[in-house]
Amino acid sequence: MNTQGKVFKYPDNVDTDVIIPARYLNTPNAEELALHCMEDIDKDFVKKVSAGDVMVAGWNFGCGSSREHAPLVIKTCKTGCVIAKSFARIFYRNAINIGLPILECEEAAEEINAGDEVKVDFDTGVITDITTGKTYKAQPFPPFIQNIIKKGGLLKSLKEEA
Amino acid sequence: MGMTLTQKILANHAGLENVTAGQLISAKLDIVLGNDITTPVAVNEFKKAGFDKVFDKDRIAIVLDHFVPNKDIKAAQQSKTCREFACGHCVSHFYDVGKMGIEHALLPEQGVVTAGDCIIGADSHTCTYGALGAFSTGVGSTDMAAGMATGKAWFKVPSAIKFNLTGRLPENCSGKDVILTIIGMIGVDGALYKSMEFVGDGAHTLSMDDRLCICNMAIEAGAKNGIFAVDDVTLNYLEGRSERKPVIFEADDDAEYEKVIDIDLSKIVPTVACPHLPENTKPAKELSDIKIDQVVIGSCTNGRMEDMETAFAVLNGNKVAEGVRCIIIPATMQIYRECIERGYVTAFIDAGAVVSTPTCGPCLGGYMGILAAGERCIATTNRNFVGRMGHVDSEVYLASPATAAASALTGFITSPKEVK
Repeated sequence: MNTQGKVFKYPDNVDTDVIIPARYLNTPNAEELALHCMEDIDKDFVKKVSAGDVMVAGWNFGCGSSREHAPLVIKTCKTGCVIAKSFARIFYRNAINIGLPILECEEAAEEINAGDEVKVDFDTGVITDITTGKTYKAQPFPPFIQNIIKKGGLLKSLKEEA
Repeated sequence: MGMTLTQKILANHAGLENVTAGQLISAKLDIVLGNDITTPVAVNEFKKAGFDKVFDKDRIAIVLDHFVPNKDIKAAQQSKTCREFACGHCVSHFYDVGKMGIEHALLPEQGVVTAGDCIIGADSHTCTYGALGAFSTGVGSTDMAAGMATGKAWFKVPSAIKFNLTGRLPENCSGKDVILTIIGMIGVDGALYKSMEFVGDGAHTLSMDDRLCICNMAIEAGAKNGIFAVDDVTLNYLEGRSERKPVIFEADDDAEYEKVIDIDLSKIVPTVACPHLPENTKPAKELSDIKIDQVVIGSCTNGRMEDMETAFAVLNGNKVAEGVRCIIIPATMQIYRECIERGYVTAFIDAGAVVSTPTCGPCLGGYMGILAAGERCIATTNRNFVGRMGHVDSEVYLASPATAAASALTGFITSPKEVK
């Protein structure tokens, strides 16, 4: 599995309120919610994003509310992957559970620039910045979590075990 | 090596003698919680995966609290989804309008959660119940769905930071000032993935409402959970309230902590978190030139009876400043009723405030007090992110009920006098 696309760069502590503001949480419909993805921090994101594009951010990405709507809208916008220095724990869990690829890599998150063309290989954790020619290696997931992702999310993996 | 209080509870619920930080475990759940925003997503996932029954109808709690009484048609549809699921599966702890309250005030009050429990909730402030000596943490809707189906959840066993509390709080300070001070000290990711364990002689001097408030905001430091050990205050609170028998766990003497931080409660001052992160804290007295448009006293952080008592002590016989909207929201129907019986509601209205039935409404910018561009609010809520209470160009300052009420009277951020 891999993704390739252009980079949208964000700062530290991107919270779930800016990823998907609560004023839109009166529906569970992912397509409807996704129209407002990142609206309060980057109002053109939805217009500019193409399938496979990559979000790159600083520390504590996805902090705040437990709303699964946050990783869900990022995934529904066809974002290929989120790379950050670290993730808030509920966002991290939710991303795995719904199958949004995320990678922790401090060096990549620091050096990759907005607009760069980036390729990510999820099996090896190798991130290649095609624009600058640099490569980075992200921490791989522990096998337990790899298994959830491989089976297509938490509920599918549970159903298979049952 | 010994275990922390959190690790003891997790080991017990995983059926293991010992667990260590970083270990992945599957733990049995005592309560699985959801609200009117997160439950509909969980219900979709539950059905999509092909599950047709819940693991135990008495161990699931569904609370309609974010957008009720329904703020619009879509919110009404979400409530209906929750209602149909709860009725269809005979969920015994289903709280609809008339019975509901803000979930993290309601479940402890009603005795649904208790000491020794292992709890997940599809709401980040589920960490509140650590005040009772339980392991309790926020998750997403898919985890809620899995929990409802299997009665289990996977966890990575957390390491812990120990907060050694000494002394006693000054009269004008409360649990909110303690947790804001701590978040200001360690930052919004200062406890990321970790437990915050609150111990020491000072911990025993804190009321249950203060402890609930402190654990509530553990997530604002990135923590997995916050927890107090069970003592007489806990047992008195649980007595005659807890549906199930409390189970008392204690940290081992040789438990390992990543860090120990000493907090002298007597040195705490009224504290405010400035926009746009809960870590941007300052003493309230340094912010006296900040003019405010709105005050909100309520939420899962500070809508409990002691918070209402504090608001009453400050507002009774006084007037809210001209040009300030003061919104008071008792967190549960029981608290709301008690505010009426004690004459607080009359006093609040006479002071020029508005009093609402329980709702999360303004805290997350849902309804009931949305801010326009350029407006400022001082609130007893828990988050002050960009756009949290309305327009992206509005501002939220987080404070205790005493500071918020004192500010309502002056129209500027005001450090409270002794109010207890």
